[in-house]
Order: sequence, then structure tokens, then C-alpha cells
Amino acid sequence: MENSRKKKKTVTRRAFLQSLSGGAVGAGVASRVLGKEPRSIQSGPGEMEVFSSKRIALTVNGKKVGFETEPGETLLQVLRDRLRLTGTKRTCNRGECGGCTVLLDGKPVYSCHILAIQAEGKDILTIEGLASGDKLHPVQQAFIDKDSYQCGFCTPGFIMSSVALLDKNKQPSLDEIKAGLSGNLCRCGNYQKIHAAVAAAADAMRRG
Amino acid sequence: MNSFQYGKPTSLEQVTSFLARENANVFVMAGGTDLLGEIKEGLIEPDLVIDLKAVPGLAYIKKEKDAVAIGALTAVADLAEDPMIRQDYRVLVEAAKVIASPQLRNMGTVGGNLCQRPRCWYYRDARVVCSKKGGSKCYAEKGRNKYHAIFAGGICYAVYPSDLAPAFIALEAIAVIASPQGERTIPLAEFYAPPIVNVRKENVLGKQEVVKEIRIPLAKKNEKSTYQKFIERGSWDFAVVSAAVKAALSGATIEDIRIVCGGVAPIPWRLKKVEAALKGKKATESEARKAAKIALAEAAPLAENGYKIELLETMIARAVVALGK
Repeated sequence: MENSRKKKKTVTRRAFLQSLSGGAVGAGVASRVLGKEPRSIQSGPGEMEVFSSKRIALTVNGKKVGFETEPGETLLQVLRDRLRLTGTKRTCNRGECGGCTVLLDGKPVYSCHILAIQAEGKDILTIEGLASGDKLHPVQQAFIDKDSYQCGFCTPGFIMSSVALLDKNKQPSLDEIKAGLSGNLCRCGNYQKIHAAVAAAADAMRRG
Repeated sequence: MNSFQYGKPTSLEQVTSFLARENANVFVMAGGTDLLGEIKEGLIEPDLVIDLKAVPGLAYIKKEKDAVAIGALTAVADLAEDPMIRQDYRVLVEAAKVIASPQLRNMGTVGGNLCQRPRCWYYRDARVVCSKKGGSKCYAEKGRNKYHAIFAGGICYAVYPSDLAPAFIALEAIAVIASPQGERTIPLAEFYAPPIVNVRKENVLGKQEVVKEIRIPLAKKNEKSTYQKFIERGSWDFAVVSAAVKAALSGATIEDIRIVCGGVAPIPWRLKKVEAALKGKKATESEARKAAKIALAEAAPLAENGYKIELLETMIARAVVALGK
């Protein structure tokens, strides 16, 4: 009796996390059930096309991919949950921190703050597409050489922003590096080493 | 995000006729940087989101005979980097390059920046039904109001957050607005309306109207312009206070000047009395501060935002001094 009571009180880390995720799923389902369903709007002949879901194709890291998407799905969700490209991180999910940065037609964007349906026909580059075979991109190599990460969660986003910056500016000053990376946050505060990596990568890329 | 339908138009006529047909909960999206935030935060629950980026030919910067025409869907980053804009309209470049982050400037558009909603923390909290959301009062008035208006508050003290709006108004920009009936033009200064006109929105855009283009007069040789923005963080943020200034100078003497400020009122705030006081004066810090005090006497700060009065004087002074640089 005494024993079983004790057992009930014991909470393992795994069970605790499972209960949390169960709660989160439950809350998600509840809000869908309680929240109002969108009114269905039809479009007539000659009018704007209206979609509740749409099959789209885009290029991710050089490969054509196609899938059915609903308008409320973000590009980030598609990359992580469907294509299993989990290098792109979901962090703030509100277009502020830069952890989800990918290149869309060569320009850095927050993938959490773009609808997948808007990326139809676009060319997306994620952290997984940077290396050529076993050879890392110079920015990736510089982040290793300069010890430019601590927890590492923001790193893929910083690397994508750095690649975009160096694509436009081969020899950025420190101020230009800071401005180019201003859309990415590092909560470990490793900025000095991140900036050093970008400068080192710029040198390496100029040397070829 | 909650589910909604997605509209993919091929022309602006399709957009405006659809807006005219539908009653509510249909939203147009340009870059989506603000709209998706509003959906995620639960401030709006659209039935349908119309993607303006699907319409071809709305992103351009063209020098015409009498004006420079900027398509509403032009990315903020493209505005900041355009060679002709960089040469003739410093105020636009200085404003555009300090808007949000590189990622948001790539997605965000000129038209979207001019139509964005306020950042007031009561407005942005879906649980708070303030006057802007159909409630009976402004919670900032007697609540936390560090970032709120010092001019033209009352029904609502949320400040208008756009950096491009003061810059374009300083340049005497005109908005071209499309509707099913065709197009109309309106000075951008008259595009914004204070809470007393309609507290639920910040502009006079009708429900079936969409901003199509912004036009600015060709720059004159003796004209100078600048944008000064004060933010609390080193990297990027919305303006606490900003000042956009365009002036015609004869040597160091100000022949004509327009001063439009951000972060101080529910709409971009023009300081006509300060402009009048500066005409014929030298473009110096002391003259600017003396003139700025005229407007500041009319400010009505709340409990926590009195500091904006001094800050505004300083932003005006910095802008006037920067004209000569």
C-alpha cells in the first residue's frame, strides 16, 4: 500500500514530457473543435481562384518536391514535418528570432512566417543543402573552426543568413556583418565568435 | 495557425471585385509579415486570405515624366537598394534599411508597410478588447503607456509604427488606390486618419480598395532629406520616436521644410508649426531645437511617455543637422 502510493508520486522525466506533449496535442485539438471553422467561400467563373488545399511543387536543396498543403501550413512546417529537414529550427515561430532562416530564391527569409502555399514554384535552400558531399560550405567550416556555437540551436539560421550576406558582400566590415545578421538571435550570446566566423569564411571564400 | 482559405488572384480587378462581393473576414496579404502575426496571435480569424503577391506586375520602381512610381508589392529590401532611390531620396533609404530585419525586409512590401497595424501591447493581446477592437476604452491611457502617443490620443493611444509612412509623407507622396470602380489618388498624408475618424482602423481605405502604387514628385536639385529613428535595441526594433524631414536649402538656409514624425501619434504626425518656424532659418541644431519646442508645447504625454517629448526634439535636431551632411 505504502509502496504503491510512493510509486504514484514518482514522476519520471519521460512521463512528464509525455504528459506535456499530450496536453499540447489535446489543447490543439480542443482549439480546433471550439474555434470557429472558416466559412467556405466559392469563386465563380472568371473570378479569383480560391483554395482550401492545393497541390504545389517547389525545389528544395536542388530537388523538386510536390505535396498537398493547406493555406494555414507554414514553409517551416513543410520542411520539418513533411520533408524531415529538421536542421531548420522552429524557435519563436513568430518571425523574430531567425532560427528558421532559409534562402528563398537566394534571399534569407523566416520560413515560420511564410505560408507553404506562397512558396509554390520557388527555390528553397536549407542548411542541409549547403555542403557538397562531405565538403562543408566555408561558412559551416568557419563556424566549427571559430567555435561559433554553444547550444547550437540558432546555428543553422545564423549560417543561412551568413551565406546570404557573403553572397551579396564578399568582404563585409564588422558593422556590415552585424547588420546582415541582425535578424538572428543567439540566446547563448555567442555573437563575437559568430561574427569572427563570418569574417573568416569571407577570407576563405575570397582565397577560393 | 487556424485554417483559412487562400485566394490566388491574377489581377487587381479580381481582388477588388472579390472584396466588394464579400462582407467580412476577407483579408488581403502583401508580404504577410504583419498579417500572419495577427493570425497567429489570434487577433483576426480570416475566412479567406488573398495573396497580392500572386498578382503579376505590382513590384516595380519606375522614373516617369513627373514622378517616381513605386509598386505597392515592391519589397522593402528592393526599395532600400534601388540605385535611383539611393541617389535622389535619402529619407526613403534611411527609413527602409532600418525596417525590421533582413529577413523581414525581403518579404515585407512597401504597401504592406504603409498598411500595417499598430504594435500597442494591449491591441496585440487577443484577450484585451480595447477600443481599437470594438471595446469601450483604451487600456494604455491609464495603464502601461511607455511607448504610446503624445499627440492626438484620446480614444486610442497606439502609435503608428511605419517607418516608410513619415518618409513618404515628407516627400509629398501620393497613394494610388484601386477599387472595382477604377483608381483614385490621394495624398498619403490624407490616407491616414486619427482614431476620432474611425478607431478600428488607421487609414481611409474602403473595404473594396487596395493600395496599388505610391508616387513621389521628382527630386529637385536643392532638396535634401533624411530619416532619424530612435530604437531601444542595437539591432532592430520599431521606432520609439522618428523624424522624416525634407527641405529645400539655399546654402545653409532653409527655404522650405516638411517634418513628419513617427512613434508619437496614432498616425504619422506632421509638425507644421515647427516647419513654419524653421523657414528662413539656418539648418543648425540650436535653430531646430528652438523650433521643435513650439510643437512640443502641444504634446499631451501620459504617465510613462513624457520622455518622448525630449526625444522628439532631439530627433528633429538630428534630422535638421543631418540635412547638411
